Amino acid sequence: MQSLTNRSKVVSNKKMTFLERMYLPAILGGMRITMSHFFRKPATINYPEVKRPIAEGFRGQHVLKRDEIGAERCTACGLCAVACPAEAITMTAAERKKGEEHLYREEKYAAVYEINMLRCIFCGLCEEACPKESIFLTDRIVPSDFERNDFVYGKDKLVEGVTDDLRIDISKRQTKAVLEFKTHPEYQHNKLWDPNKSIKSKNAGH
Amino acid sequence: MSTYIIYKLILVVAVFAISLLIAMYSTYGERKIAAFLQDRLGPNRAGPFGLLQPLADGLKMFMKEEIIPNVSNKFLFVLGPGLAMLTSLCTSAVIPWGPDLVINGIKYPLQVADVNIGVLYLFGVVSIGVYGIMIGGWASNNKYSLLGALRASSQMISYEVAMGISVITLIMITGSLSTTHIAEQQHGFYNEHSGWLSWNVFKNPITFVIFFICALAETNRAPFDLPECETELVGGYHTEYSSMKLGFYLFAEYVNMFISSAVMSLFFFGGYNFPWMDKIHDPNTVAIIGTVVMFSKTIFFIFVFMWIRWTIPRFRYDQLMNLGWKILIPLSIINLVATGLLLWGTGRI
Repeated sequence: MQSLTNRSKVVSNKKMTFLERMYLPAILGGMRITMSHFFRKPATINYPEVKRPIAEGFRGQHVLKRDEIGAERCTACGLCAVACPAEAITMTAAERKKGEEHLYREEKYAAVYEINMLRCIFCGLCEEACPKESIFLTDRIVPSDFERNDFVYGKDKLVEGVTDDLRIDISKRQTKAVLEFKTHPEYQHNKLWDPNKSIKSKNAGH
Repeated sequence: MSTYIIYKLILVVAVFAISLLIAMYSTYGERKIAAFLQDRLGPNRAGPFGLLQPLADGLKMFMKEEIIPNVSNKFLFVLGPGLAMLTSLCTSAVIPWGPDLVINGIKYPLQVADVNIGVLYLFGVVSIGVYGIMIGGWASNNKYSLLGALRASSQMISYEVAMGISVITLIMITGSLSTTHIAEQQHGFYNEHSGWLSWNVFKNPITFVIFFICALAETNRAPFDLPECETELVGGYHTEYSSMKLGFYLFAEYVNMFISSAVMSLFFFGGYNFPWMDKIHDPNTVAIIGTVVMFSKTIFFIFVFMWIRWTIPRFRYDQLMNLGWKILIPLSIINLVATGLLLWGTGRI
């Protein structure tokens, strides 16, 4: 039979020679090996100060996007909650009142939107299910905490800020295939926030 | 006379403080070396490079709750760690840390007590060291502690035999029980009269190997750390101990390691002697360099102790006893006889 690796060795129970039974050469050999590790670069990364490089399409903590004028994109359709295999997402929908158009993009919005980060498996199915391009996974890592309840992230932690500097970049999740798919006319109304387009021109278009 | 007493007091305090300081930083060194040998970083949060880690550890030990089990013998329970610490600190008294300082024509030896049976004293105190562990393990009234204590005492007694015989071999070469004489005999590096290197390790390397292995066993260091093996005995003799009493046991081990390293560098590696020490004529310069050399040798041996600990796995108990009684003791006896014959043949005795 062919072995998987070339590292297998035939075990022999032959009697050890005197030199082998003295063990001292073997011990010195072992000490030589550990000493060679002494001068090697440590594999440890000083975590909070230094972070490991992560993959391009890393799926970390979620973000709920706002649109160009800063209104929440989420319409509380619940597709993400349905898609979620870990059942980590819950939400409560509410109707948009008059005068709240600048806060919520659609007529219905999520009054409560919670993701349990302990249940979440960061598969990204919510992002795929979302028809409003509202929820995205980002390259942020969910920090550790002390209480289980603190891992249930509400809208205060999930929704991005209004001003430009508080926006969360999700362009890394927008691969070529995804962008191409989203050029379909059905998705045109969902166009992502583009800093080059001013709010005025957008409003004029509608 | 009063200057003599004051000088000795200062020296005692200095040696005491230095032993504790080195033991303290051995805990840090141990963790750092372990980390480096395993491609890790080790403690690096408390202070620069984690240098304040031993202080933080000590503080933690002091702040912990002190638990004395109801079923234990309270007096012996407290006595155990104290005795372990006391005996480990006692041994530093006879070790010459450097050549004599000469101030205003008066000689100030860098040795607390220049007794003419220094070697005997050393081994007497070292063998009392096992009582601290035995008493602590027994007084805990816990089967794991008792097993640890049993292992410790049988191991230390077994290895003391081989160690004693190897020291007898050494004494046959040196012809003196005084630690001062042993240090002086290894003057410099090369002896013109005998035409051979003057350090004892070059005169009888086998004795050194036996002594070194026994020293590992005596200090309960890996690969002979059976008395406190976590995997089998939940910590061994100090299972029931908490707070600074546990700290004393752990600390005593490091002090022991420091002292046995000092003894090894004194007995076999020339102590404070260094090559070309005759070229320097000022005795005080020699004394200072000699002390530094002595401590560097000691620290080197502490490093080797740690290096071995993080390289070799622990012995099984029967292997330990086999090595002690069937290999090391016969080997040391053969070594003793061979050295005796050699000395007799060359007409040195």
